[in-house]
Amino acid sequence: MKSISRVTRKFIYALLFLAPTSVFSEASDYNMPVGVTEVSKEIFDLHMLIMWICVWIGVVVFGIMFYSLFKYRKSAGAKASKIDDHFWLEITWTVAATLILVGMAIPSTTVMINAYDDREGDINIMVTGYQWKWQYKYLEDDISFFSNLATSQEQIDNDIPKGEFYLSEVDEPLVIPINKRIRFLITGNDVIHSWWVPDFAVKQDAVPGFINTAWTNVPKPGIYRGACTELCGIKHAFMPVVVRAVEQEEYDAWVVEKIALAEAEKLLNEKVWTKAELVERGEGVYLKNCVACHQTNGQGLPPVFPALVGSEIVMRDKTRNIEILMEGVRGAAMQSFANQLSEVDMASVITYTRQSWSNGKNGDGEIIIPQEIVDYKNKVDL
Amino acid sequence: MSTIVETHDDHGHHGPAKGLTRWLYTTNHKDIGTLYLWFSFLMLFIGGAMAMVIRAELFEPGLQIVQPEFFNQMTTNHGLIMVFGVIMPAFVGLANWMIPMQIGAPDMALPRLNNLSFWLLPMAFGILISTLFMPAGGPNFGWTFYAPLSTTYAPDTVTFFIFSVHVMGASSILGSINIITTILNMRAPGMTLMKMPLFVWSWLITAYLLIAVMPVLAGTVTMMLMDIHFGTSFFDAAGGGDPVLFQHIFWFFGHPEVYIMILPAFGIVSHIIETFSRKPIFGYSSMVYALTSIAVLSFVVWAHHMFTVGMPLAGELFFMYSTMLIAIPTGVKVFNWVATMFRGSISFETPMLFAIAFVSLFTIGGFSGLMLAIVPADFQYHDTYFVVAHFHYVLVPGSLFGIIAGVYYWLPKWTGNMYDETLGKLHFWLSFFSVNLTFFPMHFVGLAGMPRRYPDYALQFADFNAIVSVGAFIFGFTQLLLLFIVIKSIRTGKKASDEVWEDTKDWGLEWTLDSPPPYHSFTVQPEVK
Repeated sequence: MKSISRVTRKFIYALLFLAPTSVFSEASDYNMPVGVTEVSKEIFDLHMLIMWICVWIGVVVFGIMFYSLFKYRKSAGAKASKIDDHFWLEITWTVAATLILVGMAIPSTTVMINAYDDREGDINIMVTGYQWKWQYKYLEDDISFFSNLATSQEQIDNDIPKGEFYLSEVDEPLVIPINKRIRFLITGNDVIHSWWVPDFAVKQDAVPGFINTAWTNVPKPGIYRGACTELCGIKHAFMPVVVRAVEQEEYDAWVVEKIALAEAEKLLNEKVWTKAELVERGEGVYLKNCVACHQTNGQGLPPVFPALVGSEIVMRDKTRNIEILMEGVRGAAMQSFANQLSEVDMASVITYTRQSWSNGKNGDGEIIIPQEIVDYKNKVDL
Repeated sequence: MSTIVETHDDHGHHGPAKGLTRWLYTTNHKDIGTLYLWFSFLMLFIGGAMAMVIRAELFEPGLQIVQPEFFNQMTTNHGLIMVFGVIMPAFVGLANWMIPMQIGAPDMALPRLNNLSFWLLPMAFGILISTLFMPAGGPNFGWTFYAPLSTTYAPDTVTFFIFSVHVMGASSILGSINIITTILNMRAPGMTLMKMPLFVWSWLITAYLLIAVMPVLAGTVTMMLMDIHFGTSFFDAAGGGDPVLFQHIFWFFGHPEVYIMILPAFGIVSHIIETFSRKPIFGYSSMVYALTSIAVLSFVVWAHHMFTVGMPLAGELFFMYSTMLIAIPTGVKVFNWVATMFRGSISFETPMLFAIAFVSLFTIGGFSGLMLAIVPADFQYHDTYFVVAHFHYVLVPGSLFGIIAGVYYWLPKWTGNMYDETLGKLHFWLSFFSVNLTFFPMHFVGLAGMPRRYPDYALQFADFNAIVSVGAFIFGFTQLLLLFIVIKSIRTGKKASDEVWEDTKDWGLEWTLDSPPPYHSFTVQPEVK
């Protein structure tokens, strides 16, 4: 349990953020992060400038107001004057307000023009928002993967203590090299999401049917954490963004490794799979991709998310079962997993749902092998 | 003697009918005003209870009380109910009571329409709230209901939601037609437009805004209905539609809507400040021009809600500049209020306390609004608790305090009884303390990076969220005190004089009537010099 004094101290610090900014570390709990990029620093300075102007206007206006409330209180015998207009005073404060606003608009425009720059990057990464995960596709290299929340459901349900990076950790972060211009091409697959990394001051909506651009150039290696900031359904709070910025050499090595892993994955299609192997692999895939809606026990959350347990399709209709996972269900929350799962993962997760709970016992018990998924894809391509 | 009085002499009564049908069939502006105000009060507690659920869940990290699905229904319905069920009906209730009394008229111009526009509201909210008890659950896509989350991905009950919004819109449009007709046609002789009380001015402008934008909202939800049921693709990219189009038309309605929820409060506090400063409002004509400019500008700033949606640079800059411009007329209003207090003779009754809190806290909301207008900085603020702090500062200690101030100010006139001043002050100080405890720390969690509409959050936001929740509970329960004060004043309050406050005859026609005023306010039109 946190101590009261710590909370109080934090609150006092927060109020003091009206004090010089140097008091605060870069990762503040009460103020906008300064961030690491040139743009994020400019935006921070702009934020502080505007805030200070507002504070000073407030001091003057509220100062006059509270002075009047005190000085001209009736209980002290104040007599009201009858003045109800003053042309030049009205003109003066209107002009003064306008000048202050022009003073704010000039630096804001400069920072904006700098931040808004959609030239191509050294590295171009397609970021796609899914319910409820991010897909990163490196356009120059043949790399593509999904980034899922890594915090366990037990932590969320308060069954076990929460980790340091509760809700801001993923299974596979986006990896970028430092000191390179990175351009993000951001879109959405289903509903609108928004991709935000505070330390880069990058926030762009991921809108289905549109590709938005944003860019960054990170000078410092590190792990940068962000979030989805557009309401996208039930798991909106559970699809964080994590970016790992590394030195160029480390990045190059990572790319080579990623490509090799993808090759190895393809070879798995040729392997002869046993039921036990498929079920075991399928369980992992299920926990990562399916539990959010269909739940660990396969009961779903009807009526929005149907139960898999006892479903005729999952128990007996293999063809339709594959079709649903490949195409999604139009007009319902079920999306297409064709681009999200490899053939092996697709086959194993379907096998898992057909064998688990009471389905294995009550259904036809048929397994699905990766080749069947490959066949489906070939058929559809024709 | 006017004909109105003679007709009623024939009937031999001047009072209302008795029983339930009095309220069902009433065409009297005061009865309908009362219905609006009680309806709004009931909705305040329903919407407030939802806020309590939200704050209980957010008291600490992890999911404790509700699941995310229900949490989303709570945030959505809290927003919809507070906007359409509390703030707007309360203002219409005040308009019904006060506009005829302030312009020297016997009633509203279109009394049957008035009855209809009220009784549509319980229907609309009955439909909306009933969805929460349906198997698919209520609307869960935020009060801004962005497509395609609210179309392709919405629960089936979205159709009820659409119907409910249509009915609310119809109610608002009918109410506005009535208000405009009344103001333009029924003013006492001598009351030129530039002699109208500021509350009447603020409502004249608000009513025009409503008539301009409510049909746009109706169009938006109709397009949703078509997308969901009739195979169109207005907002569906897969069918050649455009999800961003939804946001453009929603906010073309939504931004004027924001001012619909604040302009009448400007009018109310102007009256209160002049009454308790015992000094006429400073710069009356500039107040009117400021109201008008705010209303006109409200139509050209909508995309500042969409800075991160992907607009061209020129668009971002245009909407930044136009939004900043609004600070000028708003600033002028604040300066005028302060100048009214300057060299006044100020006393601090409950309505004045709420009005002073309104001026200071609304201004804080204005400052954060100005910060949000700065596009590059908005990239960091957008959709975080900083925004939540901003709009709650303008809507709670802004609009809601304005309404509460108005209720304390005019309640003795309505009922003929004073409220309990000690309890009123207690209510003020508890509200003032807790509203700041609730919403001020939200600025900090927002800046530190907590997004809005999150049922659960990372650990670094825990301390402030706990403080916010405590503040919210205090604020929520404090409003029960207001209910008690109002009932106590109606039942056992001391008799109020006709002027209620000191020398109020100078400040408006309503104070020349008895307390409580006769059933048909002015049966003889007063002369305004």
